[in-house]
Amino acid sequence: MGAQKKRAAAAAAAARVSEDPDDLARQPLQAILLADSFTTKFRPITLERPKVLLPLVNVPMINYTLAWLEAAGVAEVFVFCCAHSKQVIDYLENSEWFSQPNFTVKTIESHNIISAGDALRLIYEQNVIHGDFVLISGDTVSNMSLTQALQEHKERKKKDNNAVMTMIIKKSKPSPITRQSRLGTDELFMAIDPNTKQLLYYEDKADHSKGTICLDKMLLAENPSISLHNDKQDCYIDICSPEVLSLFTDNFDYQHLRRHFVKGLLLDDIMGYKIFTHEIHSSYAARIDNYRSYDIVSKDIIQRWTYPYVPDVKFCGNRATKLERRGICFTAFNSEIEQSRSAQVGSFTVIGYGTKIGSNSKISDSVIGEGCTIGSNVLIEGSYIWDNVIIEDGCELRHVIVCDGVIMKAGAVLKPGVVLSFKVVIGERFVVPAYSKVSLLQQPTVHDSDEELEYADNSSGTVEFSSIQGTADQSNGEMTSESSEAHKPKLGTGGVGYIWSICEGGQEEEWRHSVAPIPEDKLTELSEAMDDDQELVTQDRTALSTSGELISDSNASEGDDNEDSKDDSVYFEKEVEATFLRAVEENVKVDHVILEVNSLRLSYNMTSADCAGAVFYSMMKLAIKTPHSSAIGLLTLYPSPFSMVASNAYPIYLSGELQQNTANIITTWQKLLKSYLLEIDEEIEIILKFEEMCLESAKEFSPLFARILHILYDKDILQEDAILRWADEKEGADESDKVFVRQSEKFIQWLREASEEED
Amino acid sequence: MPDTQALVMTFLTSLKNATARQTAELLRSVISQQRVPYTNQAGALIDAVKAVGEQLIAANPVELAVGNIVRRVLHIIREEDLSLTTAAIGELNLSAVSDDENDDDRDGNTTLSAAAVAAAARSTLRPPSLQTLLEDTPVSAAVPQTSSSGAADKSSRSRKLKHDVIEAVNELIQDIVTCHEQIAEQAVEHIHQNEVILTLGSSRTVSEFLFAAKEKKRSFRVFVAEGAPRYQGHLLAKELVARGLQTTLITDSAVFAMISRVNMVIVGAHAVMANGGVIAPVGMNLVALAAQKHAVPFVVLAGSHKLCPLYPHNPEVLLNELRSPSELLDFGEFSDCMDFGSGSGSPLLHVVNPAFDYVPPKLVSLFITDAGGHNPSYMYRLIADYYSADDLVVQRRAIAGN
Repeated sequence: MGAQKKRAAAAAAAARVSEDPDDLARQPLQAILLADSFTTKFRPITLERPKVLLPLVNVPMINYTLAWLEAAGVAEVFVFCCAHSKQVIDYLENSEWFSQPNFTVKTIESHNIISAGDALRLIYEQNVIHGDFVLISGDTVSNMSLTQALQEHKERKKKDNNAVMTMIIKKSKPSPITRQSRLGTDELFMAIDPNTKQLLYYEDKADHSKGTICLDKMLLAENPSISLHNDKQDCYIDICSPEVLSLFTDNFDYQHLRRHFVKGLLLDDIMGYKIFTHEIHSSYAARIDNYRSYDIVSKDIIQRWTYPYVPDVKFCGNRATKLERRGICFTAFNSEIEQSRSAQVGSFTVIGYGTKIGSNSKISDSVIGEGCTIGSNVLIEGSYIWDNVIIEDGCELRHVIVCDGVIMKAGAVLKPGVVLSFKVVIGERFVVPAYSKVSLLQQPTVHDSDEELEYADNSSGTVEFSSIQGTADQSNGEMTSESSEAHKPKLGTGGVGYIWSICEGGQEEEWRHSVAPIPEDKLTELSEAMDDDQELVTQDRTALSTSGELISDSNASEGDDNEDSKDDSVYFEKEVEATFLRAVEENVKVDHVILEVNSLRLSYNMTSADCAGAVFYSMMKLAIKTPHSSAIGLLTLYPSPFSMVASNAYPIYLSGELQQNTANIITTWQKLLKSYLLEIDEEIEIILKFEEMCLESAKEFSPLFARILHILYDKDILQEDAILRWADEKEGADESDKVFVRQSEKFIQWLREASEEED
Repeated sequence: MPDTQALVMTFLTSLKNATARQTAELLRSVISQQRVPYTNQAGALIDAVKAVGEQLIAANPVELAVGNIVRRVLHIIREEDLSLTTAAIGELNLSAVSDDENDDDRDGNTTLSAAAVAAAARSTLRPPSLQTLLEDTPVSAAVPQTSSSGAADKSSRSRKLKHDVIEAVNELIQDIVTCHEQIAEQAVEHIHQNEVILTLGSSRTVSEFLFAAKEKKRSFRVFVAEGAPRYQGHLLAKELVARGLQTTLITDSAVFAMISRVNMVIVGAHAVMANGGVIAPVGMNLVALAAQKHAVPFVVLAGSHKLCPLYPHNPEVLLNELRSPSELLDFGEFSDCMDFGSGSGSPLLHVVNPAFDYVPPKLVSLFITDAGGHNPSYMYRLIADYYSADDLVVQRRAIAGN
């Protein structure tokens, strides 16, 4: 019924469009499905089988995409096959997709394509797309209705010919700790016009260490309102006008759909092409980009967010399964499995046709394919086991992916995050270390650092595979004798396969994209790092200090009542410092900096004495850091905690150098400082501030106090009156407070004499 | 039969939720395109229908109406075949009598045929007994035996059989189409002046029923429970108000509070099982329990195509359908609760959204079908009228046949 309604609505929309005489979109809806992700994230599995044919809850991924396209009212799909194209085409030809009424699947094959951009250029040359089309990759799972998005797209297109693309987005909160979405992709920042839904900014590779993102100020000038999101997920479903293809052809350097095309369009203001977004709420859409999203999307499917594309509802290519109640939750079963009475199959588990489960085995939160044999006392938790896998007694599998035909000998253990590629054999009682990837194929030795270069040269890959497969089919002993001795002990006795060394990004990044959940210690480590970060910031804000003890002291001494105002001034100083540093970094004119600081001063309701203090503090800070940073004098905006600590821990500077630096900076920015020194009070404030710094946060300056005071005097920043009054004020202070007065005694003496002479 | 196969495929893909009428229409075209051999026409038709029916049922086992219609059509074929045989033998009998020569040979033939007819009649028309259920006789054991007599009129008879079956299926389709009206005709007998009726969710049968009573100038009030999470009750309330009925919309959870003011609960059903139990939209069991607690009659409206010859504990019966949790809550808002990437990797939040409830027969006061009102305990009799015991399990036999 729903599908029919959708169709009727789509037909109605089409009818309305065709009334419009100059609209070319009379064509039935077409779609381009890229059956190649052009990435290497699923290696080593994708060396042997294309990603779109990998089973997702026992159904090849491409079936989800095709079933959705069909239900969404797409009439014609062009499947673009590249890596392992033969496998994809064979699969499609034997599937039901070629025999569907009202739904045509055509394949386009090419072998020398290395990016989505190339693929679209090739499709453009073939001239098969005539109207609006849906651009999707074959690893996308969705159940959304296209009708509304399509209609919006068409209406926009009619009004504005430059609205070439509508991007589907969905709300999904990123994790604040790991800075990645639940699908394991990097946190995505989008700026969207809340009224028109136009996409204005797209950044998926933001540098989190900096903690900032940069928006073009023109965006703010041109748009009355912008909403900046970090809680949107890009579904990688795009409704495109035919212009998109020609755009790819015009810009032959566009490779990546998002990194090049979307960002290119957003930056390019000559042509004025626009991209819009359509947010879906109740329906589901997600793309499987890495092992983590494979895990998450599988769980979403089992939890039925993708309804009706769930294991127990029949759509093309799956066998009917039955749900059984397990506790309060449900488990999908095929009717013909053999399960021992004592085996415990937990909730949210899918078990494929013809699988045997031995006694006392425990399975939970897992997907098990067809024809598997699972021995007794096996523990399987959160794992994905594909077809015809043999797991002998007493194995343990936690959060792993096990491909077709793998044999695990008795007692083998897979640690979280392990990926076993096709037909690997794990030896008896062998423990595969966490996050390792095991394949029959050797790791490609020439490693492409360029991420755009995708699967291995697929023809050679398959040849290699078949040869190894041939040997593997022979007796095991022969296999081990033939293959290099080096890898034999790696997988235990009788094991077959190579453990790939982790290279890309190293162990460091492996946990981010793995099927295994992020380990507890990593999370605590990260959140601690985050806390440190924040703490550091607050430290800077409160006591202008970076050493922990001092800050706690000053915090403790702070009364509760003036905490607010203290807070304010702390924030203010922080902001001024940031402004100043940015000014230095970007060579902003002094006038502009004055303006900015003034606006800060107004917003925090500060006196100009506070401004002077803050600016001076920033300048001094800069002076300290300058020798420490590179010769060019570039600064990191938010220096990492380590460098800050280092600079405090080893204050070994040549005092001459530091003095020189300070002098330089004061000379450069004296105008800025002077603009706040309206009266003598502000000047005294500066001296007091400097004194405070010398005592606490920047002890490097303490030996130089008098000299820098002199410089300030020379540069006409401080008048003699100010210095003298400061000295007078300090007269009655404690001995400890008088350190610097003492130090500059000579200078003060000289000043006194000079003024007397004048008199 | 490639064309039929294509039709079946269209059907399977075009619908995840087929209606009874579409099923009947599809089976009609299956029958009309089926080539009938000279012998055992009925058997051939039954096989064809079973083969298709099996696919249809497997496509969506939750939609019990599809299976019901398949079984109804099978029953129709059997009945038509039987009546044809009886008629043919009757003719033979008649001619024998009119010939008035008491030919021994002829006489023997007639008696034999008569015996066959009697046997066939017994096997087809008798109510389902334990014996018929267990007895694994070939599907059309009675049929070839009877059709073996008389060779000359076979082709005409086969055409006649097909024709009759199609006619009967047409009638079935007509019944399905008009079932709302036939049920609605009985409305005035059940809804009285100034009564308060409570219903849950939305059902076309129920709304037609209420409209019919309204048209007959009955004045009554309706409480509509909204039917979370699909909230079809909202639509029903809109329709009722458009027809000028005094309507009160309540939440499902308020049913118990309101039931004491209600005179009768009238609801629709997804399917009626052979024991008189009802599979109905989720929340119905709550309404039925509330009604029982306050001794309010709980009336279920169901077209006869919703009558399922299976028992709720049959392994073939899939009692429930779990739908997408997105009907309950917004994925985006809860996405952080479903971040499996941290912790133990197993989801801490489970959202279960079943579509149906099972209401046991003891909670149902009355069924109103297009054939009139019935007690739950009478369901077995209706089922015996509509279905033949041989067809109760469509899949198994077909697999065995293959």
